[in-house]
Amino acid sequence: MNKPLRRVAIFCGLLIFALLVRDNWLQYVRADELNAHPKNKRVTIERYASERGNIIVDGKPITGSIDSKDNFYKFKRTYVDGPMWAPVTGYASQAFDASQIEKIEDGILTGNDDRLFFDRTLAMFTGEKKKGGDVVTTLSGAAQRAAYKGLGSKTGAVVAIEPSTGKILALASTPSYDPASFAGYHNADAQAWQSLEKDKNKPKLNRALREIYPPGSVFKVVTAAAALENGAVKDIDAATDTPEGWKIPLSRVPMKNQHGGCANASLNEALRVSCNSVFAKLGDDVGRDKMVEMAEKFGFNEEQFTPVRAVASVYDKKADRGGNALSSIGQFNTATTPLQMAMVTAAIANDGKLMQPYMIDKLVAPNLDVIQQNEPKELSRPVSPENAQLLQRMMENVVENGTGGKADLNMDGVKVGGKTGTAQHGEKNAKRPYAWFISYAKTDQGSPVAVAVIVEDAGGTDREDISGGGLAAPIAKAVMKAVVKSKS
Amino acid sequence: MSVVTNTTTIGAIEAPSRRNTELALLAFAVAIPVFAYLNVGLAIDGKVPPGMAGYGLGLGLLAGVAHLVVRKWAPYADPLLLPLATLLNGMGLVLIWRLDQSPRIIARYKTFSPDAPNQMLYSAIGIAMFVGVLLLLKDHRVLQRYTYISMAAALVLLLLPLVPGLGADVFGAKIWINVGGFSIQPGEFAKLVLAVFFSGYLMVKRDALALASRRFMGLYLPRGRDLGPILTIWAISLMILVFENDLGTSLLFFGMFVIMLYVATERTSWVVMGLLMSTAGAVVVGSTASHVKSRVAAWLDPFECLKTAPEGSNMAAACDQMSQVLMSFGSGGILGTGIGQGNSDLIGFAANSDFIFATVGEELGLTGVMVFLLFYGLIIERGVRTALAARDPFGKLLAMGLSGAFALQVFVVAGGVMGLIPLTGMTMPFLAYGGSSVIANWALIGVLIRISDTARRPAPSPAPNPDAEMTQVVRP
Repeated sequence: MNKPLRRVAIFCGLLIFALLVRDNWLQYVRADELNAHPKNKRVTIERYASERGNIIVDGKPITGSIDSKDNFYKFKRTYVDGPMWAPVTGYASQAFDASQIEKIEDGILTGNDDRLFFDRTLAMFTGEKKKGGDVVTTLSGAAQRAAYKGLGSKTGAVVAIEPSTGKILALASTPSYDPASFAGYHNADAQAWQSLEKDKNKPKLNRALREIYPPGSVFKVVTAAAALENGAVKDIDAATDTPEGWKIPLSRVPMKNQHGGCANASLNEALRVSCNSVFAKLGDDVGRDKMVEMAEKFGFNEEQFTPVRAVASVYDKKADRGGNALSSIGQFNTATTPLQMAMVTAAIANDGKLMQPYMIDKLVAPNLDVIQQNEPKELSRPVSPENAQLLQRMMENVVENGTGGKADLNMDGVKVGGKTGTAQHGEKNAKRPYAWFISYAKTDQGSPVAVAVIVEDAGGTDREDISGGGLAAPIAKAVMKAVVKSKS
Repeated sequence: MSVVTNTTTIGAIEAPSRRNTELALLAFAVAIPVFAYLNVGLAIDGKVPPGMAGYGLGLGLLAGVAHLVVRKWAPYADPLLLPLATLLNGMGLVLIWRLDQSPRIIARYKTFSPDAPNQMLYSAIGIAMFVGVLLLLKDHRVLQRYTYISMAAALVLLLLPLVPGLGADVFGAKIWINVGGFSIQPGEFAKLVLAVFFSGYLMVKRDALALASRRFMGLYLPRGRDLGPILTIWAISLMILVFENDLGTSLLFFGMFVIMLYVATERTSWVVMGLLMSTAGAVVVGSTASHVKSRVAAWLDPFECLKTAPEGSNMAAACDQMSQVLMSFGSGGILGTGIGQGNSDLIGFAANSDFIFATVGEELGLTGVMVFLLFYGLIIERGVRTALAARDPFGKLLAMGLSGAFALQVFVVAGGVMGLIPLTGMTMPFLAYGGSSVIANWALIGVLIRISDTARRPAPSPAPNPDAEMTQVVRP
């Protein structure tokens, strides 16, 4: 009987071997996949198992954690002024994952990041409770409050940047949402989430980074920059060769101006009164490829990471001549995020040097050691310093003598440059236009702030009254004032 | 004692008893779970768990008693079986205690009562059973006398859960009976009794089954009267499957029977026939029983079937459970999260019985699971070795049947939990919570130890040869 016995022994060995192989497959080969599976609650359990680190603005946390006395998720996220800061923080919800900084810096905030390994090990020996690290932002509380208050009940977004460094000072989007309303995982949280999802005003959309709008006239500063850089205009005060009723190439339609006095207007004058014909012709003179090059130097056609991802703004690379002419005045396919227009303004205010916009200044370990310090990075140099100063002169002219008067700070030693825009959109431009305003403030020490404001829909305002100068400029002014005041 | 006992050429060389090896291994088998217990306490509460001393002493005492009994009444037994069983049982206790501490499980059941104290009691009864087997069963061959009584007893045990008023339907499987507040799984004991019946029957009939057969399509088919009991058993295992919804037990019994038949007759045709019959049975049942269907769906792709299964259905529950188990294994990774620090309690119901292996997977990782599988493999290997060493066919068959059943059970449970085969709802021997399982498996180890003691016992010294005296050479 020993021969079959040996065979059965081999069979039993094979059974155990099959189990060993299966186990290796499960726990080695598939481990990561199973671990990252969306159904796996462990990631979330771990995320909320200990007190989460905070997101810091001006040295004060704008987030918090409370003990939720729960078996699954011990701590629950809380927010200070949630709706105001939501476009910055994103949310961290026990049921609906996390977004933006809460998601990107999850490792630091939970304390699970490899860079915190030493802290964790030390805490294990000292018996301290595990705690997450903090994310210190570049934002300015005063600027953010001014932006959020300025937008009020209107739908829109504000981005403010410090031109010399690229630090984001304000990032507001309305209508907004309170991330605390669905931080948990109970019925109330699900209902809050559902109603936000269903809301047709899309409160969860981060308009400052994730929505692209036709820029309209504010794009003219890019066209002006291209005209100067490519030598299409040498003297900003010299008359250009632009007839009133200049025809859009490849069509018989003349380019309309909202304002008289555009015939052969100088670049300076054309920007002041926002002549469509002059800029459309300049864009055509510069040519599509050079226009694309200039737009891309400012950051168009590429996603930006702040480190929260901002969608790519668009300047059509394949437009025909007519399309290019329309694109040059910010219509046709041109579309941009508020962040992108703030970058354009900041580059001009910073004498032609575009800094990479960022909103995380540093990451701090629970023991206050700095784990990562973000330094300003130069992204590109779209225009020469001389041309940048010419652009500044023209934009200041817009504020002093033109459509941007409402943005003037009227402070000694502070110059303000800006540009208004009223972007038409929709089928046959039937929808209510967007009101844009971009501006910067400048003192002897350079420019402390550049702002882009868009008001998508100012409920209650008559269509005729919607204008960048009227609706958006006061918001930009408030933000600039807040920054300038806090600096002095 | 001298090695050569007399002047005949047949020397009785005494095998070393290896009792001290066993004692040393037992020390480890007690120390490892005690450290694990300490580890859980520190991980969960940050302090040395209460009852640390009691638990350690209790396990040590049980192991000590078992060892002394083996030393006295089965001195030549295999030295590995007892330490392995003790270690697995001890680790099982720690894992159950660890799951008892889970606030999630406590919150889920309104009337929560910890299972670890019960399991401790069952372990004590199990070791008492082990001691009882060794004390009462001086020679395993005695069991041959009870061949047909065993068959009757096994049938009664198997059919008890179907008796109205006695059987209890727990989560779809009718394999429990309620006696005086205790629920017993008679199937676990039937495993032992059936092995005795098979061994006794096959020892008598092996020649008839092997030789008196007709050749049919290259296979040797036995005569109907020899085949009768076999077909009966096949039918019964199917019946269990259908009426008690217990795929695992029927697979176990049938597999055990085929293995023993093959060993007894040395005919491969039995294996082929067994495979054909079980495949036929599996196909029929798999396509008719909804209980089995949902398990198969959960096995094929638990995450996918979670999406397609209707909410609240049996299938959704099975798929949810299976996907939780897989994620448990996945998050364990290579080294595991550390005992007491995983989230295997997310599996919920049956986390400490059917799915306890998932806790091993999550908290001890790939390393821990492989160690456990190798421990089980070692028990099986020692069992097969005992069968090889046994001198009587009954003992050979019994040892092989028991260790084969043990191997099948480990494979079916671990394979089911790890998603290698569809889940069948049996318990991991010694590790899982459940009185019947622990007690029956201790009895199984007891029988194996008894057989190995007989097998390894040195042959009795031959009677002194009277001729030896006569042919003495007298020196001048």
